[in-house]
Amino acid sequence: MTAEQPPPKAEQAPKIVIVDESPIRAAILEEGLREAGYASVMRISEMQSLLARIYALDPDIIVIDLENPSRDILEQMFQVSRAVRRPIAMFVDQSDAASIQASVDAGVSAYIVDGLKKERMKSILDLCVSRFNAFAKLQDELDRTKMALEERKVIDRAKGILMKLKGLTEEEAYVLLRSTAMREKKKIGEIAQSILTASELLK
Amino acid sequence: MTAPLHIGFIPLVDAAALIIAVDKGFTAAEGLEVTLVREVSWSNVRDKLNIGLFEAAHLLAPVAIASSLGVGHVKVPIVAPYNLGINGNAITVSPALHAAIMTEIDGDRLDPMATAQALARVVAARRKSGAEPLTFAMTFPFSTHNYQLRFWMAAGGVDPDEDVRLVVLPPPFMVESLENGHVDGFCVGAPWNSIAVDHGVGHILHFVADILVHAAEKVLAIRQSWAAKNPDVVARLVRSLSRAADFIEDPGNRGEAARMLARPERIGVDAEVIQRTLDGRLKISPDGKIRENSRYLLVGREGAGRPDPVQAAWLYSQMVRWAQTRISEEALKAAMAVFRPDLYDAALAISDSGSRSENHEIGAFDGPEFNPNDIAGYLASFKIFRRLG
Repeated sequence: MTAEQPPPKAEQAPKIVIVDESPIRAAILEEGLREAGYASVMRISEMQSLLARIYALDPDIIVIDLENPSRDILEQMFQVSRAVRRPIAMFVDQSDAASIQASVDAGVSAYIVDGLKKERMKSILDLCVSRFNAFAKLQDELDRTKMALEERKVIDRAKGILMKLKGLTEEEAYVLLRSTAMREKKKIGEIAQSILTASELLK
Repeated sequence: MTAPLHIGFIPLVDAAALIIAVDKGFTAAEGLEVTLVREVSWSNVRDKLNIGLFEAAHLLAPVAIASSLGVGHVKVPIVAPYNLGINGNAITVSPALHAAIMTEIDGDRLDPMATAQALARVVAARRKSGAEPLTFAMTFPFSTHNYQLRFWMAAGGVDPDEDVRLVVLPPPFMVESLENGHVDGFCVGAPWNSIAVDHGVGHILHFVADILVHAAEKVLAIRQSWAAKNPDVVARLVRSLSRAADFIEDPGNRGEAARMLARPERIGVDAEVIQRTLDGRLKISPDGKIRENSRYLLVGREGAGRPDPVQAAWLYSQMVRWAQTRISEEALKAAMAVFRPDLYDAALAISDSGSRSENHEIGAFDGPEFNPNDIAGYLASFKIFRRLG
C-alpha cells in the first residue's frame, strides 16, 4: 500500500502520536508507521493529564482508538485556547465517506493539525485502519487459542475420571469420549464438561 | 415492524426515558425494533450519528446545536423531537475547596451568588499566595456542564478562562480525578456527583436547578435528513419515549425503573444511586447530609419532554458568550430550529392551545430575563465574556 509512495523526507516527516491504552495495539501501529517511513512516532498510554502530554509532544497527527473515553478530551483542542496550533478531526472532511466508515468500523480516529496534505493523511489513516483490523484479528485468534487450550484441559480431566472409574487406558477413554460426542452430535469438549459437572455433583 | 434502529447512548441517568422505552417494551409496542448501543464518548455518539451508524442518539443538547451550525466540527443538521431531560447536573467540589468556600461565604450556602462570590475570594487568595489556579472539569466543550459551570463562577466575578483552569474530562474519570487532586471541582450529570459523595471525596455544592430553573440537558437527536424521510418512525419514537417518561415519573414505578437502568449493560451502577437521582433526594456530603429537590432531574414532568426552542436559543447565547461561535441572526434561527416541538405535538396529537400554556422560563439566578429576540442585549449585561477576535 505504501510501496508506490516514497517515504516522507525527514525534514517534513510528520510527528505522530498514538493515544491507546492497549500497549500491544499501539506497538503494532507504531511498527506499521515506522515501516512505512514515518520515523517520528510516539505513544501515550496513560490518560492522566492527556492534553498536557499532547501539548508537550506537539504532534502533527494524533491517532486515538474509539473505545477510549478520552477522545472527548481531544475535542477541547478545537476550542479557542492558549494552544497555538489547532488540530482538526479526520471526520471533518467528509469527502471520503468510505474511508471514514472504514475507520469507525476498525475503531480508530485521527486528528490532524492544519497544514498537512490530505493525501498524506489518507495513507496514514489507511495504515491505521489495516493495523487496527490486524490487531482485532490477532485478538480473535488469541481468544480462540485460549478457548482451545481450556477445552484441552477439560478433556484431559474427563479422560482422567473415565480412566479411574472405568479402568480404561488413556486411548480408550478418549475413544469413548469421541464416540459419545458423535452419537449425541455434540463437541468432545461439551461431553467432557458434562463428565466434570457430573463427577462434581456425585462427589 | 419497521427497519431496525440503532440508537446510541452514554450511561447516564438522563438516558432513562430512552432505556426504559426499549427495555420496558414501549418501542416494541410501537412496532419499532431498537438496539441500544452504549458508547464511551460524546465524540463517538456524534460521529456515529453523523455518518449514519445510528439513526438516533441520546445527545447533549448543545452538541445537537453545534452540529447543526457546523461549529467546532462538520455541519450535519440535527433535529430534536424529544427532550430527554431537564436539569439533572450538579456542581461538586473537593472537601478542601468546599471548606474554603464555606469559610469565605457571606450568605446562604444554597444561594449560587453567595457561593460564586466566595469562590472569587478563594481564587483571589490563592493568587496572592502564589498557589496554582483551581481546576474544574466538565464533560465536553459543547455541554450544558461547561455553560452552567461558567455561568455560575462568572456571576461571582471569576473569569472561567483566566482565573481557573477548565478542562474536559470523561464522566467516569471525574471521581478519581477529584480524589487524587487533579481537579478541585466539576459539573457533571448523575450518577457521578453521588458517587463522589459516596466515596467521601466530594461535596455537592449546587444542583443545576439552583442556577437555572429550566435547563434543557439531553435530547433525542436525529439527523434532519433522516427525520424528514421517516416522519412516522420519529412519531413512534416520541410516543414510546413519552410513555417511558410517564412510567418513570410515577413514584410507584421508581424502584422497578431504577433496577432496569442499573443493569450492567445500561448505566451499570447501584439501583439505589439511580433512584436517589430520580427522586431528587441526594446525599450531598460524605457525612450523610441529604438535600431534597423534586426538580433535580425532570424526565417528562412539567412538560419536560417537549423541546423548547427558547432553550436552544439560550444555549446558543452561551456559545456566543464564550466565543465558540459568532453572533448571527441566521445561526440563532438555525439553533432554535433544532428543537422541534411541532414533531413532539404531532406525535402525541397535542393541539396548539394546550401545549403553549406551559412556558418554560430559563430562570437564571444572574442577569436579566432571557430574551431570544435580543441575544446581544442579553449578553451585554454580563461583565465577563469572551469575544472572538
